[in-house]
Amino acid sequence: MSASGKEAPGPEAIAHLDSEHFDEAVVKALGDEVLRGALRNATELFSSRRSAAVASLPDWEDLRERARAIKEETLANLDAFLEEFAANAEREGVQVHWARDAAEACEVVLAVARATGATTAVKSKSMTTEEIGLNDALERGGLLPVETDLGEWIIQLAGETPSHIIVPAIHKTKAQIAELFVEKLGIPPTDDVTELTLAARRVLRETFAQADLGISGVNFGIAETGSFLVLENEGNARMTTSLPRAHIAVMGIEKVIPLFEDLEVFLRLLPRSGTGQHLTSYQTIFTGPRREGREGPEELHLLIVDNGRSAMLRERVTRQSLACIRCGACLNACPVYQQIGGHAYGSVYPGPIGAVITPQLAGLDKAAKLPFASSLCGACRDVCPVKIDIPQLLLHLRARIVLGDGPPGGKSTREGRFLERLAFRAWAWAMAGPRRYRFTAWVTRIVQPVVVGDGRIGRLARRLVPPLGAWTAARELRAAAPRSFRAEWRRTKGKV
Amino acid sequence: MRVALFVTCLVDQLWPSVGTATVRVLERAGCEVLFDERQTCCGQPAFNSGYRDEARTVARAFLEVYGRDDAEALVLPSGSCAAMVHHMAELFDESDPWHARAKAVAARTHELGAFLVNVLGVDDVGATFAGRVTWHDACHGLRDLGIREEPRRLLAKVRGIEFVEASSAESCCGFGGTFSVKYPAISVAMLDQKLQALELDEVDTIVSGDVSCLMQIGGRLARRKSPIRTLHLAELLASER
Ligand code: SF4
Repeated sequence: MSASGKEAPGPEAIAHLDSEHFDEAVVKALGDEVLRGALRNATELFSSRRSAAVASLPDWEDLRERARAIKEETLANLDAFLEEFAANAEREGVQVHWARDAAEACEVVLAVARATGATTAVKSKSMTTEEIGLNDALERGGLLPVETDLGEWIIQLAGETPSHIIVPAIHKTKAQIAELFVEKLGIPPTDDVTELTLAARRVLRETFAQADLGISGVNFGIAETGSFLVLENEGNARMTTSLPRAHIAVMGIEKVIPLFEDLEVFLRLLPRSGTGQHLTSYQTIFTGPRREGREGPEELHLLIVDNGRSAMLRERVTRQSLACIRCGACLNACPVYQQIGGHAYGSVYPGPIGAVITPQLAGLDKAAKLPFASSLCGACRDVCPVKIDIPQLLLHLRARIVLGDGPPGGKSTREGRFLERLAFRAWAWAMAGPRRYRFTAWVTRIVQPVVVGDGRIGRLARRLVPPLGAWTAARELRAAAPRSFRAEWRRTKGKV
Repeated sequence: MRVALFVTCLVDQLWPSVGTATVRVLERAGCEVLFDERQTCCGQPAFNSGYRDEARTVARAFLEVYGRDDAEALVLPSGSCAAMVHHMAELFDESDPWHARAKAVAARTHELGAFLVNVLGVDDVGATFAGRVTWHDACHGLRDLGIREEPRRLLAKVRGIEFVEASSAESCCGFGGTFSVKYPAISVAMLDQKLQALELDEVDTIVSGDVSCLMQIGGRLARRKSPIRTLHLAELLASER
């Protein structure tokens, strides 16, 4: 099977996607003071830890350059590297599966689960499995999936989706988690973190003993050796991948890197960017299943998922989206994410990188608002360890959305932009020559006193011209000056 | 040095005092300032909103004016419009003659503060200002053009100034062009968080290099009836009191 399926991904490319209600979700998030407090504390903490960790490496910029170059090289020849990776993995005894979209991917995992006779599957943290909606699919197939990463487990217990790609429960306060544990686990009320963690551990240990299948993600797949690496901090991924009889690792096609020694670069970048650690507590490299003299699960499966990724390879500008190593630094650095959190984006991939990959994976029409929810400040680009130019991607997607790009035969993204388009046409006309420009300025000065005034016409204008109302809701409007600079220049003959 | 001034549409229409101040500062630094009255806008509002055709129309008008003038440098009292000029070539195919023209103009385009410090080598323009001042880094100047130290060096040389470096100096003010009216609530929330960390009790003036940020910050401060005022870098540097 080929990894570069050219067809558009299935209807449910991203599970639980709800980006079309972004505007409503923003209002809700901004009104939630507890959420915003939690976000402020957490994003500040992770950002400052990151800065400290980065400062400890004098060759940080050099590492970023190297990482980006490795990713560029890989993505330019992705087919070849994937084939090399899969062939080497198979030679080590790994059963390699390919999936074109989310539905196919879930089917593969279900088939593996059925073949092993598993009824309970333990999972370590994996964004790709969140993306394809694996837990729901497993449940529909009669299995019990249990998240074992503490944050993911909390989210599963609460029946929510993650709101951060590294810290899934970042939106929750300690008090909320304690309350959840009292309700769901029946433990006596406590706000002691150690006690809460122990309560979680007790439940999880029992589950580990029952599970016949372990499901993990993949941080890096190494083409040269057919090995793959999983990073974690809690030891749960080790248990997930070693206690059950079978282990299936799920990865997107972009996770492959050419050489083992390339890890040296990425291992220095990823933990520092994500959590501000110099290295994660555990890093496990898997090369084939258990054999004479080698540890590992009895059965080792690897599932390589496209799900809309190969479409990003077509253009240079979008291709960089696939360089992402999912460190989460851009989320923490983003002033928009800091205010509204992850759930508002309505995608398992929130924040700056979410705003660029969600519309690309799920279809522009499904997430047309996200690329516009940015001030283009560029803080994401500054922190990104692989130097993805996220503002450039946002601009690219905005332009495609404005042009009405949509799926073939599907919904166009252009609807509802009629007035905006008209306004920009008029604006371009007015700015394309000095006479028109002066004429527009002249008209503005005539209508301005009534339009910006507090009188009836002013109130009406704010209702009829949404941007005017939007600006003045919480800010005063800066009016045109009585005399423009050019008029002043002309009046004083350049002696302003 | 012969310098062409692109005053930006916002300064021209809303903040002419910034244009006047820019001319003063440039002249004081020994420049001859040319102002071409055919200038309008750089096209940034459309470019940033995804309206590339409209941005291209305006960019051509801009390049008509600056593609053939004989000034040695093009100076703008705005980091974000200067950044737009640097992006302008992206609007045209590489084979399109407008592409090369845009590149040539971008090569001699500078934000005011960066021009003074990096091109002219001037960090003291003889300004005097009595007040407690903090600096707001406008995002495009800071992150697209890498302007960080230049304004701080200029401010440090202003006589009588008390400069307070704010912990949130580099955080976005939330303006973001059409973002400010598409998502006004997020935009204002971003600004309020920035202002909270600006050590507001310690300063009486917020200075920045972009009037778009000042429109956002000043508009919010005015609504909150705050006594703190906003000032453009050029106005501060032109000040003699
Ligand atoms: S885009 Fe960059 S900063 Fe954001 S998660 Fe991916 S690698 Fe990290």
